Amino acid sequence: MNFLVLLAIVLLIIAGHQLLRVIELSRGLKKTKEWRVTETDNDMMGKAMFAFMIVFFAFFFWQVNRWIDRSLPPAASVHGEKIDALWDANIYLITFVFLVTNFFLFWFAYKYRGTEKSKASYITHNNKLEMAWTIIPAIALAFIVIFGLKYWNEIMTVADKPDRVVVELYAKQFDWTARYPGKDGKLGETDYRQIDGGNAVGMDTLDAQGNDDILVKNEFHIPVGREIELFMRSRDVIHSAYLPHFRAQMNCVPGMITSFKFVPTKTSAQMKKEPYVVKMMAGINAQRAKFGKEPVEFDYLLLCNKICGASHYNMQMNLIVDTEADYQAWLAKQKAFKTAVAEKK
Amino acid sequence: MATVKNSELEKEHLVHHDHVHDHDDHEESFVAKYVFSMDHKMISRQFLITAIVMAVIAMTMSIIFRMQLAWPGEKFGFINAMLGDKWGKDGILDPNMYLALVTIHGTIMVFFVLTGGLSGTFANLLIPYQVGARDMASGFLNMLSYWFFFLSSVIMTASLFIDDGPASAGWTIYPPLSALPEAIPGSKLGMTLWLLSMTLFVVSSLLGGINYVVTVINLRTKGMKMTRMPLTVWAFLITAILGVLSFPVLVSCVVLLLCDRSLGTSFYLSDIYIGGRPLDNVGGSPVLFEHLFWFLGHPEVYIVLLPALGITSEVISTNSRKPIFGYRAMIGSMLAIGFLSFIVWGHHMFMTGMNPFLGSVFVFTTLLIAIPSAVKAFNYITTMWKGNLQFTPAMLFSIGLVSSFITGGVTGIILADSTLDINVHDTYFVVAHFHIVMGLSAIFGMFAGVYHWFPKLFLRMMNKKLGYIHFWITLIMAYGVFFPMHFLGLAGVPRRYYTNSNFPMFDNLVDINEIVTICAIIGALGQGIFLFNFFYSIFRGEKAPQNPWNSNTLEWTTPMANIHGNWPGKLPVVHRWAYDYSKPGKEKDFVVQTVPLEEGEQDGDSH
Repeated sequence: MNFLVLLAIVLLIIAGHQLLRVIELSRGLKKTKEWRVTETDNDMMGKAMFAFMIVFFAFFFWQVNRWIDRSLPPAASVHGEKIDALWDANIYLITFVFLVTNFFLFWFAYKYRGTEKSKASYITHNNKLEMAWTIIPAIALAFIVIFGLKYWNEIMTVADKPDRVVVELYAKQFDWTARYPGKDGKLGETDYRQIDGGNAVGMDTLDAQGNDDILVKNEFHIPVGREIELFMRSRDVIHSAYLPHFRAQMNCVPGMITSFKFVPTKTSAQMKKEPYVVKMMAGINAQRAKFGKEPVEFDYLLLCNKICGASHYNMQMNLIVDTEADYQAWLAKQKAFKTAVAEKK
Repeated sequence: MATVKNSELEKEHLVHHDHVHDHDDHEESFVAKYVFSMDHKMISRQFLITAIVMAVIAMTMSIIFRMQLAWPGEKFGFINAMLGDKWGKDGILDPNMYLALVTIHGTIMVFFVLTGGLSGTFANLLIPYQVGARDMASGFLNMLSYWFFFLSSVIMTASLFIDDGPASAGWTIYPPLSALPEAIPGSKLGMTLWLLSMTLFVVSSLLGGINYVVTVINLRTKGMKMTRMPLTVWAFLITAILGVLSFPVLVSCVVLLLCDRSLGTSFYLSDIYIGGRPLDNVGGSPVLFEHLFWFLGHPEVYIVLLPALGITSEVISTNSRKPIFGYRAMIGSMLAIGFLSFIVWGHHMFMTGMNPFLGSVFVFTTLLIAIPSAVKAFNYITTMWKGNLQFTPAMLFSIGLVSSFITGGVTGIILADSTLDINVHDTYFVVAHFHIVMGLSAIFGMFAGVYHWFPKLFLRMMNKKLGYIHFWITLIMAYGVFFPMHFLGLAGVPRRYYTNSNFPMFDNLVDINEIVTICAIIGALGQGIFLFNFFYSIFRGEKAPQNPWNSNTLEWTTPMANIHGNWPGKLPVVHRWAYDYSKPGKEKDFVVQTVPLEEGEQDGDSH
């Protein structure tokens, strides 16, 4: 099989070679230079440039039309809604620039395609024009910077709401563990030297504050409408805690504790009923049916978004946003760290 | 003082030149001529052909992992044939090998093709030619530069064949993944070879870069003022300075990683439990690595881009039969980009746990760099305005470059904004952005350079029609590959996932992935046309005339024979800038730089 493919390639090359020889020999008789660009070439290529622009723009709009509804649903967090608004403003701006500049580029390619008679104008520079296109982008960028940094500073300040929920996300190859501070509201100290089978996240067993900490895997819950303060740790390599539906992300770095805060605005149940999500899930399930997979419901998700090894592509945990009451009920059912360890032993 | 120095150098050159002439009588040995050559033109060809071989390897890798991404779990004889039973059992790509392929694909493309290949080929070919020098300042260092590059390429390629597989921590090789052999098989011998190869690469880059800077500063011929230099030379000069200042930082970064890997130090490691035991390392930080890496990494983007932009300036101006628009603004923009490129590296690190305040500083500097970039794009477009465009294949690729530079550049404005970066950081949106703005622009620039200067490289012409077909396939398929990736990013797909099929939320993206892969395969096959045209034309292309594109620059005043010293007699004397195309009152639509100014004629863009 491989031999046949190789043979086909070799034959193809020989055929191409022979073809070119024939063309060259026939041209030799005519004494024209193949490489010289003729007026016909210019005409053809200039028109092709313009045609390409139309196809390119059509392709762009076709993609937007077909795929934009497969983007992430509208943000489910307070700051995320601001990010979405800023995103839209920026996208409209850059789409405009993209279309206009590409238009001029390809239009000029078409309009000024060379002929034997025409002569180019000797224009070296134009100070007014150059000032304009330096200053206008500068002003536009100033706005982008100002709004971007305003939101950035809001998003990245330290969590300070008194009723905030603290959750630690602990990453290791290739899964997540969420840790809640328990009744005392304080996460226990950690020590990576104490990691073993019964103490997977390296709780410092000498720190009594950790005794009531709650560890959960596979799925964790947070309440809607309260500030969530996430702390991230890693056991081995860099991971990244990526919560795309909330527009939240932060790397988990061994030797460091990083953090990110957000306020979820929609419970999982509410999100499942959002028209955008309903439509999106219909599309997903239609596609799944083609592969013979069972239909699924929408779920918030925590993904790993920093290359971390062979199973990087499968490092995930479900996240449920509950009403306050449901959250408290769920939390009450969880076992504290001490009890959890004791039971295992 | 300067003139004295110049004439002294000229004398030296003449002596050197006569000396070479003596040798010509006894026929140069094969080894001296084709292997350990000190001639800039031969070294240029060596760089180009090595880079082409590396590019084919890296491109084939991308096809393999794109097949996996579009049709995960399908069996492909091609994958098995390429990777064998160990990494492609039954034609299914192994997940570790997937990561290795994306790692080496990125490494080869960024460093070996677009840095070594682009600067190595064209800075070598064009700097001496276009400034009117007999050769590089040091032919010997120049030769060493190539052979270090060659050695480094060989080691990188050899690492593909070792037992544990090549480095696989991503081309950015963030520790601890790259530091700990327990973390991933690629961090065993494969990573050691990667680090060794990159160190040699940096040596090559430094030897080349210092040579380029010295040659441009000291060996310009009489009359070649800095403000008369073609923009290509300006681009190579600034690129070389960036390289000389930033590549050594990569070496320090790599050496510290080597120490962590083999000497038990803790520069980048702290509080790690892996392979069933806690490690002793305490106090280091991977974020330090990221700072060091991106201190090279970001200037590197411009090391890749500037030569392509320089080539484009020359090609667009020549083929528009019009002076480059805003010559001084172009130089100013490149200098600004060069300077700013050193203070923007932190925009790769908004989500790394770096202090958010530091992040805001980098937002500001990064968006600043958009201004000179925009100026350059506008200048290219206005150069074409009211021109008399000659669509050589080189011109087509240059226009392609301007298009991709804009298309990929605008999304940079989104990514530079730390607030917006939060949700697309490390997703396919980033992959789309940098492949279009850096990958496509640079490779289009490289193609433009090859088509345009092929007559100077191999004294023959490439086939124009094949060039046309190659261009259209490449342009259309390139956008077909990288444009849809934006939408994967908007759907939140992280990069470097072996498959997207483990998340139901990505199930409706199958058709996007298929379109990307199909375009990639067609685009890759299209490169066969280029390879055929390239190698065929080296031996059988039409003989090139002295100045096929009616260009102004000095390289087209050299005879069509690869002689040592470039010009048989005295060095040419320069009287004007390089962009006197279609100047009013002139008989032809180009005036070579060696033609003296007429009585009362203004030089350059000073009117």
